Amino acid sequence: MSSINQLLLEAKSVTKYFGTITALENVNLKIHAGECLGVVGDNGAGKSTLMKVLSGLYKPSAGSLFFDGKEKILESPKDSQNLGLEMVYQDLALAGNLPIGENIFLGREPTKNLGLLKFLDYKKIKELTDAHLGKLKINVKSADQKVEELSGGQRQAVAIARSTAFNAKVVIMDEPTAALAIKEVGKVLDLINSLKQTGVGVIVISHRMDDIFAVCDRVMALFQGTNFAESELSKTSRDEVIGWIMGKK
Amino acid sequence: MENKDQEKNSLYLKIMPYLEKYGILLLLVIMILVMHFLQPDVFLSWRNVTNVFKQISWQSMLALGVFMVIVTAGIDLSVGSIMMLSLMILAIVAKAGAPWYLVVITPLIAGFLCGLFNGLGITLLRMPHPFIMTLGTLYIFRGTGNLISGGTPISGFTDEVRYLGHGRIDLTWLGLEKSQYLPVSLVLIAIVYIIFWIFMNKTRTGKWIYAIGGNPNAARASGINVNKILVIVYSLCGFLSGIGALILAGRTDSGYPNAGLQSELDAIAACIIGGASFFGGRGTVLGVFAGVMIMGILRNGLNLMDVSSFWQQVLIGSIIVLAVYIDVLRRDLGTRK
Repeated sequence: MSSINQLLLEAKSVTKYFGTITALENVNLKIHAGECLGVVGDNGAGKSTLMKVLSGLYKPSAGSLFFDGKEKILESPKDSQNLGLEMVYQDLALAGNLPIGENIFLGREPTKNLGLLKFLDYKKIKELTDAHLGKLKINVKSADQKVEELSGGQRQAVAIARSTAFNAKVVIMDEPTAALAIKEVGKVLDLINSLKQTGVGVIVISHRMDDIFAVCDRVMALFQGTNFAESELSKTSRDEVIGWIMGKK
Repeated sequence: MENKDQEKNSLYLKIMPYLEKYGILLLLVIMILVMHFLQPDVFLSWRNVTNVFKQISWQSMLALGVFMVIVTAGIDLSVGSIMMLSLMILAIVAKAGAPWYLVVITPLIAGFLCGLFNGLGITLLRMPHPFIMTLGTLYIFRGTGNLISGGTPISGFTDEVRYLGHGRIDLTWLGLEKSQYLPVSLVLIAIVYIIFWIFMNKTRTGKWIYAIGGNPNAARASGINVNKILVIVYSLCGFLSGIGALILAGRTDSGYPNAGLQSELDAIAACIIGGASFFGGRGTVLGVFAGVMIMGILRNGLNLMDVSSFWQQVLIGSIIVLAVYIDVLRRDLGTRK
């Protein structure tokens, strides 16, 4: 991991209050191109809140976000998407009754327009899907397969493919292996590694130390809404990271 | 061993989509053959076939509207009442002496507005389920229809108004007899169904309707304005009920208080027989058409054989249960790993 990689996203002293509750206090986060950052922390440590601030779902009470070095104020998740930030939700957010390709492009389908009517360009969807799945080395029988016919790992792969179909720079994954069979976990982790190779910055929120130590370059721990500890992965150990989660250094 | 399994699996994957798409048509063909066997002289006669299409004409519009709603995992119980209210408005406008093109367009607008009311109610009032909103409007629309008409039938429309429901396309120029005409309502069914087939399968909005039924959260996360699409769907459903009113006006030459009573249940039944799932995201326009046809042919065939209408009710109910059970079995097979 070279340190000259471009800084894609930076959060500076982000603070978020919900009424009198302080969910985040002066939290900083950085993610570079081709890097994977693991975010760990106990329930209620502020992981989800931080991710929701990054994706524009919540507005920070104080602090600022920099995309490619420029300060941006996000009004909605649409804004962060336009800036190249994508979320892969834990519940996957796929429509099982639709084929893989249509899921990947759902909401952003290529169309041929005839006046007010927008007709789907099925040929283009198929071409783009095949190319994109090929690039990420995702193997499925056919892009026309319905998502509900896929295994959990394949679904996760489709969800990740979906998040990166539109030149995403940063992808946030919430517990990407939580719902998977053990034999499928490896495939998803491989996929995260190939994403990194394409220059995408990946933020993985996970409780599983195996995942963190398989794909991450850096790990940061949140504790009670604050930056508790952070380290290059090579300079720490599982036991230490588990300690951070519990608030022990 | 695994290879063999995969082969079987891929063959299965190849056949299943066709079975899912066209299985219901197979059932329809079998029914037609059985009826033909039972009533060889009458059933497939020109007169009887056109009769079936005339009988299903307005139901087919309601069923198509309800189908789109069911695809979103919703339900519209008010289509019968929307049709009745639109019909009454049409009758009043016609009696007031409005020119025919105004009379023809009123039920379409009335139906659309009723559907819009449903859609806005469901989304803006955040009703826990469309069942509740449309159960309410089932009463509201029919009550309104009775209020404005005094609860009495209003009869007598001009030929232009009656054209869609009652018109005949002469085919003597093809060398056919005078009695072998094409009902305009049949042509209308074909046109409307083709348009909505294209809408549901080829347009982006149609795809989003399926996506919402498949997983509303996924649709929302994909930036789809779910509420807007729902309002469009319920409005279109109302619009189709308005077309139903126009056809019914032509067929009966009358606006009457009992119009469309319980026809929402027939519409739902046709969708379910045609393979639409109550859980949303599943079903085809072709399937709904087959569902409407199956119910129409069943009624027609049983009438031809002089079977009491009470038996018809029992049979239609049984077919609904059977059709869904076959679907359950098919799904069991599909998910077995």
